[in-house]
Amino acid sequence: MNILYDERVDGALPTVDLPALLQALRDALPDLDILHRAEDLKPYECDGLSAYRTVPLLVVLPERLEQVQTLLKLCHQRGVPVVARGAGTGLSGGALPLAKGILLVMARFNRILEVNPQGRFARLQPGVRNLAISQAAAPHGLYYAPDPSSQIACSIGGNVAENAGGVHCLKYGLTVHNVLKVEILTVEGERLTLGSDALDSPGFDLLALFTGSEGMLGIVTEVTVKLLPKPQVARVLLASFGSVEDAGRAVAEIIAAGIIPGGLEMMDNLAIRAAEDFIHAGYPVDAAAILLCELDGVEADVQDDCDRVADVLRQAGARDVRLACDEAERVRFWAGRKNAFPAVGRISPDYYCMDGTIPRRELPRVLKGISELSEAYGLRVANVFHAGDGNMHPLILFDANLPGELERAEAIGGRILELCVAVGGSITGEHGVGREKINQMCAQFNSDEITLFHAVKAAFDPQGLLNPGKNIPTLHRCAEFGAMHVHHGQLPFPDLERF
Amino acid sequence: MSMDRDMSQDLLEQVNQALNLNTPLRIQGGNSKAMLGRPVAGEIVDTRNHRGIVSYDPTELVLTARAGTPLVEIEAALFEAGQMLPCEPPHLGAEATLGGMVAAGLSGPRRPWAGSVRDYVLGTRVITGHGKLLRFGGEVMKNVAGYDVSRLMAGSFGCLGLLTEVSLKVLPRPRGCLSLRLPMGRHEAMAELAEWGQQPLPISAACHDGDALYLRLEGGEGSVQSARQRLGGEVLDSGFWRDLREQRLAFFEGPEPLWRVSVPIATGELDLPGRQLVDWSGAQRWLKSTAPAQAIRERVANVGGHATGYTPGDDSSAPLPAALMRYHRALKQQLDPQGVFNPGRLYPDL
Repeated sequence: MNILYDERVDGALPTVDLPALLQALRDALPDLDILHRAEDLKPYECDGLSAYRTVPLLVVLPERLEQVQTLLKLCHQRGVPVVARGAGTGLSGGALPLAKGILLVMARFNRILEVNPQGRFARLQPGVRNLAISQAAAPHGLYYAPDPSSQIACSIGGNVAENAGGVHCLKYGLTVHNVLKVEILTVEGERLTLGSDALDSPGFDLLALFTGSEGMLGIVTEVTVKLLPKPQVARVLLASFGSVEDAGRAVAEIIAAGIIPGGLEMMDNLAIRAAEDFIHAGYPVDAAAILLCELDGVEADVQDDCDRVADVLRQAGARDVRLACDEAERVRFWAGRKNAFPAVGRISPDYYCMDGTIPRRELPRVLKGISELSEAYGLRVANVFHAGDGNMHPLILFDANLPGELERAEAIGGRILELCVAVGGSITGEHGVGREKINQMCAQFNSDEITLFHAVKAAFDPQGLLNPGKNIPTLHRCAEFGAMHVHHGQLPFPDLERF
Repeated sequence: MSMDRDMSQDLLEQVNQALNLNTPLRIQGGNSKAMLGRPVAGEIVDTRNHRGIVSYDPTELVLTARAGTPLVEIEAALFEAGQMLPCEPPHLGAEATLGGMVAAGLSGPRRPWAGSVRDYVLGTRVITGHGKLLRFGGEVMKNVAGYDVSRLMAGSFGCLGLLTEVSLKVLPRPRGCLSLRLPMGRHEAMAELAEWGQQPLPISAACHDGDALYLRLEGGEGSVQSARQRLGGEVLDSGFWRDLREQRLAFFEGPEPLWRVSVPIATGELDLPGRQLVDWSGAQRWLKSTAPAQAIRERVANVGGHATGYTPGDDSSAPLPAALMRYHRALKQQLDPQGVFNPGRLYPDL
C-alpha cells in the first residue's frame, strides 16, 4: 500500500489557493523567507528517509518566534496544513512534506540561549544541533546525554519531536528523560510552557505526552535540557562470540550481575565485516557476533565493573574479550559501531534501516526469523542492535535500480516489524512512526487504541492541520492494511502467541 | 500468590455501568494519598482486588503488575532479585498500591539523580472514558509508537482513566550505600550542593534540616568509599531516608499545614514563612506554614517553582495559566467526555 499521503485512505486535505496564500503570507510577514519555485522546493522533498519524496507546496524559513506565531495563526485561519522540520535527519519520514501543505523549517533557530552549570541545564532554540549542546557544556565538565547517531547534524527540536535515543539509553534514558521544559506554539499560534525549571510542574504531564508526538500537537520553539556531569572515565570491552545466542545470553547475564553499562551494543557477522572493511576498528571478522560494552563512572567502580563484566562474558562463551588499552582504541572500537550504517552503505547500493524493539530474551528467535525472511525475500540483512535496551536496527540491503527490490525491501521491513510486535515488542524504538511505519501501527494497536490516539490529537489540533498523516493511521488505512494482510487467509507468524 | 486476581473485567463493567448511568467514580487503591488534591464525590472503584505481579524477569529489568498490587509486595519481589524502584516512591500508608503510586506520580529522595515515577513507566493498561480496556506502551525500554499515553497517566490522579496494569523499568540496587550527616548551616550546604552537583560524585539523596546536611552515597564500593573520605561527616543510619520519604521525621510533626515546594535545583536559600526542610538537593522544599496559600504560591512562583498543599483542601494543586488550563480541559473532554473519572480531584471542573 502506498506510503505517500493518499487522500482516499488518509483523509481529504483542504485545497489551497496557492497564489492567494502566498500573497497573504507576504502581506502578513514581509520579511519571512518563503521558497516557492520548483527548483528551490526540490531540496526539501524528503528528510533522512529518502525513499519517499513529496515536493511541498511552500517552504518557509522563519528566524523569529513572532513569524512562526503569525504563520500558524494564518494557516489555522485558512485551513492550511503545516509540516514542521528541524535538520531533516529523521529516518521515518516524520518531516516528509505534503503537496498541499507548508513545510515549516525551524533550522534557523540555532542559538544556545543559556548554559547554566549551577542549575545543570541548557536553554536552547529548537534548531541547535544535538552535539553542539555537549560541546557548549564541556567547559563546565557537563554534557547532554542522549546521543543519536545523527548527533552531529540533528537538532534538539527534532529530538523532542521524535523522542530520540542513542547508544547510552539504558543508563541515561531517552530525550523524554532529559528534557525539563519546552516552549511550544499550538496550531492556533498560542504559546504554552510544558514542564518547568523545577523537576516537576502542576497538572497533567503534557511534557511527556508532547515528547515524541512528531509535530502533531504543536511546534517546539524552545527546549531546556538537563546536563549531567561527565563521567570521570569510560572503558570499553570488545567480546567476540561464535553464536548470536551466546552473545544474547551474555547481555542478560551482565544485567543479572547488577551492572548497567553506559553502552551495550551487538553486531552480527555481516555488520562486523562491513564495519571492519570501512573503519578498520580491529573487529574479529570471523565472529558470529560481537558485543561492545562500555562502562563509565568513577575510576574505582569502572575498574571493578570491567573485571566483573569480562568474567561474565567469558562464562557466557565469549571466544575473546579485549579491553580497549587506551582512549584511541576505545574511540576506534566505537567508530566501527557508529559508522555501521555508512559501512553497510558501502557494500550495497542502498540499505533500509529498521528500528524495532523486543524483549531481549526474544533475540535468538527474532534473529532466526529475520534470517528466514532474508532468505525468503532474497535480500541480505545486517543486524546492529542496542542490546542493552532491546532496540534492533536490521539493515536491509537492496538495489533501488533493480526493478522490484525497493518494494521487496519495504515488504521484508514491514514483516520484521510485525515480528517484533508478535514477540511483545514495538515497531519503533527511537526513529518514530512518521510515514514509514504508518501501516505497522495497525499491527501494534487495535482500532480502539488508535481511536484514543486521534482523541489526544483532537484535544490539541481538532482540524488536523499539524503534520497530517503521520504517526497515527486512520482507521480506514488500517482496514485496508488489515484486508491486505489476511489476503492469503493467514496472519503473519501464525506459530507465535499473540500479545 | 493466592491473593493474585485479574478483576479487570469487573472493573470494566463498573466503569461501563457508571458511563451508562452518568455516575462519577472515585478511584481508590490503598487510600494512602487521600490528603492530596481535592475531595471527589463519586461511587468508589476499589482497585485492590485486582492485584498481583503479572510478570517479572530481572534480566529484562521490567516488572508488570496489576494496579491494586500493594507496593510492599512489589518492593519485596524486587529486593529478592537485588533490584529496586529507582524513583523511591513514598507509600504514605501501609496499603499503598502500584496504581496509586503511578496516579499520584510522587517520587522519593533519589528523584534528582534517578528520575521520577513517570520516567520508569513503560506501559499501561487503562480503562478509558469510552468504556474500553486499552493497552499503551509496552514492556520494552524504548517505544515511540503513537502518543505516550502511559507516561501521561503518571501524576494525572486518575482524572484521565482507570489504570489497571503498569509495566515499569526497574534497576539493580547499587552495591555500595552509605549515608552521612555533616553539621553545617543552610547557606553553606546550598553552596556545597551546587558545587558537588557539577561533579561525578555518587550522591543519591541530599537533605538539609536547618542544622546539618544529610547525604546518601550509592554506587560501587570504590566510589562510595572515596566520596566518603572526601566529604567527611559522621555515618548516618540509612533508615533516615525512609523516614524522610514517609514524612516520619520530627519536622513533619505539628499542626501547621504541610506544603511541598518544587523549585529549580539551584534556587539556593528560599525565604518562606514557616519551617523548611530542604530535600532533592534543593529542588524540593517541605514547608510547615500557616501563611495563606496565595502568599506562599506567589513567592514560589517568583523563583520559577510551584507549591502543592499536602493538607486536604480545595486548592492543593498550583493554579495553571489560562491557556494551559484550556488544553487540560480539552484533553479531559476528549479522554473522559462524560467526566466520570475522579472529577475535580486536581482542579474544579476537570
